[in-house]
Amino acid sequence: MVALKVFGQPASTDVARVLTCLFEKNLEFELIRMDTFKGDRKDPCGQVTFKDRDLTLVDSRAICRHISEKYPDKGNKTLFGTGILERALIEQWLQAEALIFEPASSTLVLHLAFAAPFGLQPDQSLIEKNEKKLARVLDVYERRLGENEYLAGDEFTLADLSHLPNAHYLVNKTERGRKLFTSRNNVDRWWKAISSRSSWNQRNRDSRSLPFHLTSRMGWKGKKSKTGQGGGKKEK
Amino acid sequence: MSTNTVRVVATLNEKGLDYELVPVDLRTGAHKQPSFLALNPFGQIPVLDDGDIVLFESRAISRYIASEYKETGPDLLRSGGGSAETAALEVWLEVESQQFGPPIADLVFELSIKPLLGGTTDPAVVEKQAEKLGKVLDVYEERLSKNKYLAGDHYTLADLHHMPYTFYLMATPQAKLVTSRPSVLAWWHDISARPAWKKTAASIPI
Repeated sequence: MVALKVFGQPASTDVARVLTCLFEKNLEFELIRMDTFKGDRKDPCGQVTFKDRDLTLVDSRAICRHISEKYPDKGNKTLFGTGILERALIEQWLQAEALIFEPASSTLVLHLAFAAPFGLQPDQSLIEKNEKKLARVLDVYERRLGENEYLAGDEFTLADLSHLPNAHYLVNKTERGRKLFTSRNNVDRWWKAISSRSSWNQRNRDSRSLPFHLTSRMGWKGKKSKTGQGGGKKEK
Repeated sequence: MSTNTVRVVATLNEKGLDYELVPVDLRTGAHKQPSFLALNPFGQIPVLDDGDIVLFESRAISRYIASEYKETGPDLLRSGGGSAETAALEVWLEVESQQFGPPIADLVFELSIKPLLGGTTDPAVVEKQAEKLGKVLDVYEERLSKNKYLAGDHYTLADLHHMPYTFYLMATPQAKLVTSRPSVLAWWHDISARPAWKKTAASIPI
């Protein structure tokens, strides 16, 4: 019996984050697909559930930290740093991802890429506001990545990994998002490096092209578009 | 002292560590000056300078303090890794950050901070965020009815991270969100009675 189990849809950004981490650590696991659209969720607060034998964890970032801490010698040994100072820098950029990068990027992806499939009207003022926010964030990243190969130093770490799911949708599903990345040399270099990792591409291979899921936290207040009938055509 | 700075100060006080608090006057835009941006490119407080390292993001700073000074004062991270308690600690650190933090920050801003800046509290925002926070606290009520602390039997960084904003909330009419939930209230009474917290609370100017 496989000890590690992930519950969720691979196209979900939270699930993708966890799968990529598991691939980085070369750990065997079982993915149990659950349709979180139908409210089939085990946990009250998130989109992914993880079981490590009789331990159950929710929240993708907590799960990634748990995996990295519990299996330090498996797969990528420097994913979470090898000392307190390294760990602190990784943690700093993990927080920046969760609290600064995530809100702006997820709002943009939602309105630019997934409004149409849901038959909802994208909110232009939210798009503009978050595009400006994200541009400022990426300016900070541009400077940081001019001094370092990756966010926390010279090695790929969990801090970089955590950005992959939202950045992927931004770059590949939205023209405006793509430009924010490609117009910044260091960010563009960094994105190409982290998105070409085999761990990221393995989880990509497993996913279907379903949009990621609206969470109640996103507070969607869009109006139904005139042409859509709810659950319209999927974006290419 | 901003709520996020309180988070760091609370951690330092729990560990019984000496520190120097260097004021950064946000009103004069000190946090946007190049000398400060060199410390935190995002232009936010707090920043920790611990000689060997300069860190931003209060939750990363508190974790660093808890790790680096593990042997001093209580072990807020319950080191050992891999146990059910450590896993739960990780989950509830994230829940604080992702679920609890946003609505309570909005509420506290609307009720306590906006008036200080010359603005007017918007009742619609208060109602909406109070409802959101209420739903989150229902989850906490369930958790804390079965566990004394969020990670299990011991006080950890996960409990501590909730304290600055909860402290502010308890001074507003929305304190009822806490007082109406017996397990959450019992937890708050317990953790806010800690001597280290009392020291921290005494230095918060509200």
